[in-house]
Amino acid sequence: MAEKLVIIGNGMAPGRMLEELFERAPGLYDVTIFNAEPRVNYDRIMLSPVLSGEKAYEDIVIHDDAWYAAHGVTLHKGAKVTEIDRQAKTVTSANGITVSYDKLVIATGSLPFIIPVPGHQLPGVLAYRDLDDVEKMLEIAKGKGRAIVIGAGLLGLEAAYGMKRQGMEVTVIHLMPTIMERQLDPAAAYLLEKALAERGIEIITKANTKQILGSNRVEGIELEDGRVISGDMVIMAVGIRPASQLAKDAGLAVNRGIVVDDSMMTSDASIYSLGECAEHRGVCYGLVAPLYESARVLADRLIGGNAEYQGSVVNTKLKVTGINLFSAGDFAEAPDREEIVLRDASAGVYKRLVLKDNRIIGAVLYGETSDGSWFFDLLKKQTDISAMRETLIFGQSYQGGSQLDPMAAVAALPDDAEICGCNGVCKGKITGAITGKGLTTLDGVRAHTKASASCGNCTGLVEQLMSLTLGDAYNPAAVTPMCTCTELGHDDVRRLIKAKGLKTIPAVMQELEWKTSCGCAKCRPALNYYLVSDWPDEYADDYQSRFINERVHANIQKDGTYSVVPRMWGGVTNSSELRAIADVVDKFEIPMVKVTGGQRIDLLGIEKEDLPAVWADLGKAGFVSGQAYAKGLRTVKTCVGSDWCRFGTQDSTGLGIRLEKFMWGSWTPAKLKLAVSGCPRNCAEATCKDIGVICVDSGFEIHFAGAAGLDIKGTDILGQVKTEDEALEHIVALTQMYREQGRYLERIYKWAKRIGHDEIRRQIMEDHDKRRAYYERFVFSQKFAQVDPWSERVSGKDKHEFKPMATVGFSAAAE
Amino acid sequence: MNWVAIGTINDIPLRGARCVKTPQGKIGVFRTAENEVYAIEDHCPHKGGPLTQGIVHGASVTCPLHNWVISLETGKALGADEGAVRTIPIRNIDGQLSIALESILVAAE
Repeated sequence: MAEKLVIIGNGMAPGRMLEELFERAPGLYDVTIFNAEPRVNYDRIMLSPVLSGEKAYEDIVIHDDAWYAAHGVTLHKGAKVTEIDRQAKTVTSANGITVSYDKLVIATGSLPFIIPVPGHQLPGVLAYRDLDDVEKMLEIAKGKGRAIVIGAGLLGLEAAYGMKRQGMEVTVIHLMPTIMERQLDPAAAYLLEKALAERGIEIITKANTKQILGSNRVEGIELEDGRVISGDMVIMAVGIRPASQLAKDAGLAVNRGIVVDDSMMTSDASIYSLGECAEHRGVCYGLVAPLYESARVLADRLIGGNAEYQGSVVNTKLKVTGINLFSAGDFAEAPDREEIVLRDASAGVYKRLVLKDNRIIGAVLYGETSDGSWFFDLLKKQTDISAMRETLIFGQSYQGGSQLDPMAAVAALPDDAEICGCNGVCKGKITGAITGKGLTTLDGVRAHTKASASCGNCTGLVEQLMSLTLGDAYNPAAVTPMCTCTELGHDDVRRLIKAKGLKTIPAVMQELEWKTSCGCAKCRPALNYYLVSDWPDEYADDYQSRFINERVHANIQKDGTYSVVPRMWGGVTNSSELRAIADVVDKFEIPMVKVTGGQRIDLLGIEKEDLPAVWADLGKAGFVSGQAYAKGLRTVKTCVGSDWCRFGTQDSTGLGIRLEKFMWGSWTPAKLKLAVSGCPRNCAEATCKDIGVICVDSGFEIHFAGAAGLDIKGTDILGQVKTEDEALEHIVALTQMYREQGRYLERIYKWAKRIGHDEIRRQIMEDHDKRRAYYERFVFSQKFAQVDPWSERVSGKDKHEFKPMATVGFSAAAE
Repeated sequence: MNWVAIGTINDIPLRGARCVKTPQGKIGVFRTAENEVYAIEDHCPHKGGPLTQGIVHGASVTCPLHNWVISLETGKALGADEGAVRTIPIRNIDGQLSIALESILVAAE
């Protein structure tokens, strides 16, 4: 007859042990399990995804009822064992079941540690250990409100994330200065804290809980420093202690946990202990990997083998969607240790390996953790890494020069391989300049070699070359991020939008791993522009990502009123237009009428609610929006030219009007102002404009990159052309090049300085195919851009923008 | 608390805002990407800019005049700026929005 094996506890460790046992020696034992919880064996590690709603209980069941039946296991659910009689070799449960054993396994797991502060027994104070806890949390989360989590360890943070996902506000209180201090060094903890903060989880470190507030249930907590945080539940995640009381009562040797030897045997030769309740060589483990290792040892012993458990090195991964984090071993600093650190701020990556005697003893990976298991393997096997030390941090795929790894691929390129196609720069020239001139920034490399200074497609390659050449001295953080929502700079974002074919703002944020849920007031308008510019026919303009002026097609003023500038092509108007403007001014009692620097009439002080009516009246007189509010084509200023002026050489007015009619409606990175002067006397002040034309007898001199605002700068000459048609094509091509490469809010003179005036001249004046392609892309984009926004709104579009939602609270008598 | 109906959640664009006129000034009603609604004074603590005209991101809004970022939850200026606007209790029952205007209604009665 089979021996009787009784197991107290039905967690993951005994579950794994039984699997091993049944596989190797089916039928050897007659197995009885007592489970204090009223259910089967489930994957406790996956409680966090259940809490966050990403998984359901059914998804995390390891052994269902059928499994127990198939192996002839008697499972007593909801039966908590209260007594072990070692003399009689029986166990008895609280609900009166007594079973005798030949071999007994105590796997009672652990109990959450509840800090005994005042108020800790109030309803709403929860631990986070089992499915019952999760169900209670989800119940409270239905009412929204705030969850306070005490303890920013692995469990605490996963609980916090779960509660946030359930729609609660979340505050995490942590006693230590950095979070997850047992698994993370301060640098990785900082990145994690930042990432969690961006997910809306508030973290307060160095905070000690004084008491939990509330009369009938939790209403908040008070910290030692007097701060009070209100909340609807308190989750204690400050640690666990082995559930060893039962063993203690039975007279077994117990320290912190139930003491076991290398065969997992307790001080009683018939009794073993497994899991979080056991203490092996002074260590109580709380993670699954070591428990599984010891479970295999115990299974072997029960079969009669002589396996020995040697203790485990543990590693940790955090289960918060979108955060990649891995830590293993010992990463404290010490004199006999060395470290290898890789930081890639633009990719949000931090990797640190701690070495001792050429062996890895600790690893912390943040952002990019795919090599975690490889490092962990090297750590566990205590592999001598001196042969691959130089490249170790780059990970497994880099070893042996595998071509799959981009860094290795770049490293393997010969010196004469071309890196920058635009400017014909080869690898040797770039690496030579980096070492020869001591360059450490991408901008430096661009300035000296022109590599990646044009279209920017090779920026990644150039950066890899810099990493290879400079090692840790190269810090890609020199790229200024677009905003705090991302580590990527504008150029990287633009390149990736094209390369990955990203066509919506959510797609950009998802694929480029935005750190905020829906961006901020800096990145959203920029992304909206990039998408409008790159996918004119496919992208649906997101008005909520536009600055108010572009949303309501007028300019907001300091008092919240708006100014309206009707378009006057080339600055030319007539009596009927002026009369219509005068009528509008009278009808709407517009307080201020002003002539602008761009030869337009500005109507100031209009209430937002009046805007559609004002536009309706202006529209009847033939006016369209002057787009004086747009990051786009604003005005083309002209002089009267050869039609009137005795010095005029060409029809500057006519060219100005033609340019404006061709280019109106186009969006650009920043505002774009043009001017056309009929002779070098330059009455239209074309030489301080974004793009200007000076007419001469022999044709048209095209100027660009002027400024007369924060900076004052005369234009540079792009080149000279003979006909009006050519002038138009060159100016349009230049505009399109700027549209495709400029960073949002970067005026044309700043863009040109960055790209290089010579490069722009080369592409627009010399490369006919390129110019033609730019021109045609602009023309295509205009098909979708030239819609008068005023008439659209007069006919009812975006009505909600111009009316209050409601008017309330005024008493009937007053009306 | 006296709840006053002001319309439905669909009257407000996602990541957008509308204003409600009351005897005590304009109140901004905001709808976030997560479909949460908030009501705060439509008056930036900095220079009185109309917050309803700003860009709504997360649970905050950036003032259109000088880019102060105001928390919709607390009404407080975020980042280095200091200041706060009043928050107004708002209720969303099946998309029907009401705000609590206790003091105003008492004054009117």
